[in-house]
Amino acid sequence: MAYGRRPVLRGVSCTFRPGAISVVLGGSGSGKSTILKLIGGLLRAQAGRVVVGRIDITRFKESQLYEVRRRLGMMFQNGALLDSLSVLENLAFPLREHSGLSRAEITARVHERLAAVGLEDVDDLMPRQLSGGMVKRVALARAMMQDPEILLVDEPFSGLDPLSTKLIEALLVRINRTLGMTMIVVSHHIPSTMRMAGHVVLLLPDGVVEGHPTALQRSEDVRVRRFLTEETDTSEQILAHTHEFEAGEHTPQRPGGA
Amino acid sequence: MAVLLRRLGHFVGNVIEGLGYIAAFAGHIVAVTVRPPLRWREFLDELFKVGVLSILIICVSGLAVGMVLGLQGYNTLVRFGAENSLGAVVGLSLIREMGPVLTALLTTGRAGSSVTAEIGTMKATEQLDGLRMMAVDPIDYVIRPKAWAMAVAMPLLSALFIVMGIGGGYVVGVGLMGIDSGTFLSSLENAVDFHDDVAGSILKSVIFGTLVGLISTYRGYTATPTSVGVSAATTSTVVLASVSVLIFDYFITALWGV
Amino acid sequence: MNASSTRDFLVGLFVLAGLLALAYLSFSIGGLQYKGTGGLTVFATFDQIAGLKPKAPVEIAGVKVGQVTAIRLDDTYRARVDLNLDKDLRLPVDSSAAIVTAGILGDRYIQLSPGAEGSFLQPGEQIAYTESALVMERLIGKFLVNVGDKPTQQDGETPKEIP
Repeated sequence: MAYGRRPVLRGVSCTFRPGAISVVLGGSGSGKSTILKLIGGLLRAQAGRVVVGRIDITRFKESQLYEVRRRLGMMFQNGALLDSLSVLENLAFPLREHSGLSRAEITARVHERLAAVGLEDVDDLMPRQLSGGMVKRVALARAMMQDPEILLVDEPFSGLDPLSTKLIEALLVRINRTLGMTMIVVSHHIPSTMRMAGHVVLLLPDGVVEGHPTALQRSEDVRVRRFLTEETDTSEQILAHTHEFEAGEHTPQRPGGA
Repeated sequence: MAVLLRRLGHFVGNVIEGLGYIAAFAGHIVAVTVRPPLRWREFLDELFKVGVLSILIICVSGLAVGMVLGLQGYNTLVRFGAENSLGAVVGLSLIREMGPVLTALLTTGRAGSSVTAEIGTMKATEQLDGLRMMAVDPIDYVIRPKAWAMAVAMPLLSALFIVMGIGGGYVVGVGLMGIDSGTFLSSLENAVDFHDDVAGSILKSVIFGTLVGLISTYRGYTATPTSVGVSAATTSTVVLASVSVLIFDYFITALWGV
Repeated sequence: MNASSTRDFLVGLFVLAGLLALAYLSFSIGGLQYKGTGGLTVFATFDQIAGLKPKAPVEIAGVKVGQVTAIRLDDTYRARVDLNLDKDLRLPVDSSAAIVTAGILGDRYIQLSPGAEGSFLQPGEQIAYTESALVMERLIGKFLVNVGDKPTQQDGETPKEIP
């Protein structure tokens, strides 16, 4: 898979198990979001195969993908809510389009989902009036509206304060436990990953390392160790690099993952 | 020299490729139009944005242009003692050229650029991807109502422009310059023929509306999803649509006309 | 939803205004006929039509009663002009048609002078009496030549001395 001249996910192969929360870790530009987009059919693989629930979607046309997408739900990094519609209308949208339910039934479902993510009285708010945490929760609710089999989550914790991060993490875990929903989460938030993932896929520049989070933490692999420590030491690194840059001594390199 | 030729060949190749894409785009729009749902609500909302919100600028400009035509027309005709034909001059200029062309240019600037910016921003904030993941074709939900609204609104706006212009010419000719009211109107009525003039005018504005609708939605849809990209797309809509309108104007006039 | 019903109302107004403007341009100014193509269709032949165009009005006593629909050359090399007149018009068979000019340099149109006969023209029949168009240039030419050689031209012979 390549973006223009930049190849990403070269020779990468991984499997996501049903019913588990799998987290895709990796530095910036490693192709984490690309994997999600490939599964959702938003990007087409240039080589290799993409199989969703035993269906090979690699060569699917747009119209064929629609069928597959009915079983998927995607929570975008910035919510991707339709900004001209209210929260209620945003959540009702997938049901209005695809289910034959009546207005009343749809509204009831919407309120159910909102309650499940801990939101009330937000029906008539517009997306721009919501806080970051609220946007994420509404996006999650929307992804759930059609009771998907697989939930694709893109950077659920980005831009959130620690409290909201814990909240979202709790929601994701609860959904997985109660509904047994398969989740594929892209993130670079190590602590949450370690807590909630049943399976971790680590994308490294030269390959992939998969495994249970505890296994990874105990891994002897140099690259894995470096990645895990780099991620946790990120803030210190940024500071160090900034000082060097200001002193004119150092061409800035991207610190791991920030 | 060879380099120049190669670049020219490249350029022409790009242009033709672009035309191919836009033709495919147009075909896609037509294809989703004939399928239900009708998306009446969205169409009416777009018609509001393109039509109702443009009324003020169209009417004011129409009036101004009509008044200028009245003034200039009178000053020129009076040299040949033919000032009684002012009605005909004002009416024919507006109906055949000024109405459709100026309306198209004004609408491009106002509504066209706004459509491009809106779609481009939706692309940048992943709203289009969000729609796809909910198994809704963005070309069906977003593009189609906007393009059709533009095509329908254009002839209506053009007619309003022309009527305001004739009014402006009347005010100047009869009110200011002292031409007899009956003379103005009869000169106007005798000179304008439905088949030669009005029908051609309506045809032009429908074609222009389709053109601007296509170009503005296409540029928004294919914009680079960054703020720079959206802004560049918006500018290019205005330029491309304006030039196309003027070029098509020549061909329609030549092929239709007397 | 209130906001959208106001919007819809305004859209409706807009469309109405636009359609009215179009109607005004088409019918009132453009002269589009909504009566369909009913009407009394007759024709007339002329030696010279000099600038008469299709869609030119046909008048009786200054009132428009129809228009010219087609102009062709017939087998005898005369101009055949087809007219479409008001359905209810009753034109006596001995009526005449003349091509006249609006003003001195204006557009040509057809002026009908109704005859006195009791029977009327049926659709498809010909107006028998016609007066061709005056070609302005010829008239001026005649006039100028006349003024120039006054004695010779007037009688066609040199004036004789009366002894």
